[in-house]
This record gives sequence, structure tokens and C-alpha cells, in this order.
Amino acid sequence: MAITNIEELQAMHLDVLKEIGNIGSGNAASALSTMLNCPIDISVPDVRLLNFDDAVNFLGGPENVAIGMLVNITGDITGMMLYVIQHSCASRMTEAVFGMGIEDITNMNEMEVSFIGEVGNIMSASYINAIASLTNMMIDISVPNMCVDMAGAILSVPAVSFAQVGDKVLLIDDSFIIGGNEVKSNMILVPEMRSLEYLFNKLGVNI
Amino acid sequence: MGTITVGIADLKVGKADDVLVTYALGSCVGICLYDAEKKIAGLAHIMLPLSKDAAAASKSTPENRRRYADTGITELIQEMSLAGATTKNLTAKIAGGAQMFTSSSAVFNIGERNVEAVKKMLAAYRIRIIAEETGLNYGRTVFFHADTGIMEVRAATKETKMV
Repeated sequence: MAITNIEELQAMHLDVLKEIGNIGSGNAASALSTMLNCPIDISVPDVRLLNFDDAVNFLGGPENVAIGMLVNITGDITGMMLYVIQHSCASRMTEAVFGMGIEDITNMNEMEVSFIGEVGNIMSASYINAIASLTNMMIDISVPNMCVDMAGAILSVPAVSFAQVGDKVLLIDDSFIIGGNEVKSNMILVPEMRSLEYLFNKLGVNI
Repeated sequence: MGTITVGIADLKVGKADDVLVTYALGSCVGICLYDAEKKIAGLAHIMLPLSKDAAAASKSTPENRRRYADTGITELIQEMSLAGATTKNLTAKIAGGAQMFTSSSAVFNIGERNVEAVKKMLAAYRIRIIAEETGLNYGRTVFFHADTGIMEVRAATKETKMV
């Protein structure tokens, strides 16, 4: 059976995606830990299939200003990945590295922009590497494109791509512990349906 | 007075001192139609330009009609005339259609295509656009006041505009 709509995904498929999320988060945590030069703990990420409104509320509500980083996925699978990082989380990370939080994410200095961009780069590359190494696929990602704005407006970009196939988005909720503080960030995956099918086939999961 | 929230791919009609609100338009477009004489306001939040691009199977549901500029505007006009508005008296104010991320990929330019489709559709119904807050690269929240026909546009880092 072909997947024509993301809502057709079963619990088992979500478990597979959760495992990919798990490996991705693990990769990301060790890369971040090296970059931030401090120990980082992670908990098992939560993978959810949410409708648009719930996903926006999960990100703090439509008008909550957050940092979004979008990458295009090309190669054996195609799609988009959106990494959303909240002010508090971004601030904790810069504190760990520069000893100073970010005052205003809508008005970041060059160093902060480049640092947060690098975090986005590491996060997206970690997830994609997890998928690529598990499935032996060739996957390329673009450099993340950053946008600081209302969460609803940011999420509308992948939602528009999703609108063709279903109204749900796949959201991975990551919890990291940096310097004793828990910070949360979210990865939103927007695979093209045929790519998702291909991915499950590669992993030997029946669809 | 009531605040009526219009979700994504949704539309609502309000009267008297109702305020219609739609949050965080990115590449989506908010279309505010107004019958000044009867003080009837309608707001649609569309995501994509044309319904003919939709997968055939998912075309006919109400959510899908409201998702596209062409079918969404048609439905908004119908709902407003059911509420007592006169179509030939309608004027339009539109907002949104931003390019949130900069990239050459087609899906990123969806905002521009949305605005274009909305304008074409409004022109086909001979509805004049009297205010426009579209394009650029930031998200917008729209409040549409049914008593005055004023569209209030709020953004994260910009001054609120009343048009």
C-alpha cells in the first residue's frame, strides 16, 4: 500500500521515526557538546504527529516569536526540515559558550546569528546523518535559512508544503540538559510522501 | 462585541462590533472583505493559490475549498451574501504573502503567488482592493473591525498599522 496521506502512518511507523529521532538527537547532543564545550544530556525525544494548530501551540502559540531554521532535503529522499529554537533555549546556549544570553532574538548581533545558525546546521545534519546511515541513502541538505518571527508564520512554510497531502506535521520534541538546565527545541520534518514510503521500504518496514 | 478567530484555511463572517482575527500570516494571505453600508465583514485565511493544483481526491471538502485563493474567495463572498452583504458593494483589504525564508526554490515564493492569485480572483469579482499590506519577509496578525472596516496589521518587530 502506498502512503498518500501522512495521517495513514501507524504507531509502528512513528516508532521507527522516533528511533531515527533518537539517534539524530544523540548525534546532535554530542556534536553540540563539543561545540559548546560542556556536557549535554538528552532524554528520549518525543515524536508526534500533530495538526497545524496543535503544532503551533506546541511552539508557544501563533504569535510567539521564535527562531526557525529551514533546510531543503534533496537526494534519495526530498523534503524540508524546520528546526525551531525558542529564545530561552538559544540564550542558554550562548550563555554556555560566550557567558552571555541573547537579549532580543529579533535583534541578534552577527556573532549570535552565526552561532545559532551553526546550531541549526548541526541539528539538521545530525538528523539527516541518522537517516542516511540507517538506510544507506544519499541525502543532501542545504545550508539552513534562518527566520526570526511569529511561530505560526514560520510553521506556515512547511505547512504549505504539507497542505497538498495532509494537515499534520511530524514534530520531534528534544529535551537537552545544558549546565543543569533543561532546554527544549523542536525539529519538524516535512518529507515528501513518496520519500517517506521509500524510507520505510529501505528500513524493511511494511507500509 | 465578539472576537472571532479565523484559523488557517478558514473563513468567518462578522457584523456590528465583531472583530475578526487571524494570527501569524506568513506566506498565507488574509483577505478582508467589507460591505460598508451594512457593516458586514468577512475574513478568509488562504494557504495556496489555485484549487486546480490540489490532488483530485481531496478537492471537495470544505477545508480544501478554504485552502485556496480561488475557491476560498468564492466561498467567502457566498457566506457574506448569505449574511446579507451586497457583493457589488464589497471592498477588499489584503495582508500577508510574505517570503519568510529567502531561497530560490518555488515553494519559498508561494507568498507572491498567493497574492497574485488573490488579486486575480478579486478582479474577476470586480472587488476593489483599497488597502494592501503584502510581501516582504515578516509574519503578520490581522484584526478586522466590522464596525469600521479597519484592518489592523500587527507584526513581531514592526509598528502596528491601521489601514
